[in-house]
Amino acid sequence: MKLGVLFSGGKDSTLALHMAAEKEEVACLITLASKNEESYMFHTPNIGVTSLQAEAMELPILQKPTEGKREDELVDLKDAIAQAVRDYKIEGVVSGAIESVYQSERIQRICSQLDVWCFNPLWKRRQKEHLEEIVEKGYDVIISGVFAYPLDSTWLGKRLDRDLTEKLLLLKEKFDVSPSGEGGEIETTVLDAPLFKKRIEVLGSEVAGKGNSVVLRIKNARLISK
Amino acid sequence: MILVVDMNFRRDSLGYCEFVLPIVYAVGGLDSVVVKHYPDLTTEDIEKSASIILSGTPLKDNATLNEPDRFSWLRNCKKPVMGICAGMQTIGLAFGADLKKCLGIGMTKIETLSPNPLFSSTFSAYALHNYSLGAPKDFDILAESDRCVEAIKLRHRDIFGVLFHPEVRNPEIIHRFTHEFGSTE
Repeated sequence: MKLGVLFSGGKDSTLALHMAAEKEEVACLITLASKNEESYMFHTPNIGVTSLQAEAMELPILQKPTEGKREDELVDLKDAIAQAVRDYKIEGVVSGAIESVYQSERIQRICSQLDVWCFNPLWKRRQKEHLEEIVEKGYDVIISGVFAYPLDSTWLGKRLDRDLTEKLLLLKEKFDVSPSGEGGEIETTVLDAPLFKKRIEVLGSEVAGKGNSVVLRIKNARLISK
Repeated sequence: MILVVDMNFRRDSLGYCEFVLPIVYAVGGLDSVVVKHYPDLTTEDIEKSASIILSGTPLKDNATLNEPDRFSWLRNCKKPVMGICAGMQTIGLAFGADLKKCLGIGMTKIETLSPNPLFSSTFSAYALHNYSLGAPKDFDILAESDRCVEAIKLRHRDIFGVLFHPEVRNPEIIHRFTHEFGSTE
């Protein structure tokens, strides 16, 4: 089955892509570049890096801008999936949703309207096992945005490893912050993954925002051999 | 041991991760269950189980609905069974009920109609279905939404169906089923 993967460049959509590629044919990535940093559907401070990630995986990417206005952005998502059906002959869509009924419900509705399959292979995963699998599979993931107390700029750029996984799990206990950041508390950017034929080297970045709402914007990056 | 039946169109499909594993997590993990893809089910699997849960599937996956003969074992099954979504639809078909077109996606208000050991009163649950059942004559209707039948029980047997997905927001319903009807044997 040819599938399009809703791809933000973060750890969850990259792992969902990996799982899809193991069982089906991934025909393209679909990325919505939201101008609204508080979008409920599409949130990533480094959406520009998705082109580089697609190149690293040698996968075509269909990128669509969206104003990111609540519900209007769903029209943009539907248009993007419809275009992927036309251009890449996809028969289904894959998302990295884990817990968010808000996201999954809306993606399911669009897929139903377009009569394509919808898969959420990470659905209801246990957070600890989820993060541990990403580390064990050798993903190089950095934190590129934090949006909840007590997270601050000191977390930006940190790599997801066993120590960070433990710290994120502690945050869940103390502050009810989702360890995988699915509530929008944490954004991540994948620099390397098993499907990457080259890895991303960050050459320049800047921190924007303040307090408990800050992002690490990658300004300059390139692909290098693994 | 609880038998979880993978109702997806293909063994080890992407739907397995989405519709089978969350049930396994709700029951207590892979050590607590045996998972079998529906074409691989044997009489021995059914006999060895304490209770049986039939999983749901992606919206476009109607494989089990097109193979009702594979579930003829349900007609003589003495084990407690809970069918979720496609599982409920398949149970209905096995006992001669008709499918009724009914699209449901997202959180849905469920109203309990008959006292039962799994749930009570009015509650919200996650729906993901293209079909429900039209007035199934051998079943008690346990719950409904403003659109369709949401839960059934076969009269005089512990065979239940829920159209909504309890593994998403109502795992206590799965817990009650396994606790009430046994999880080990």
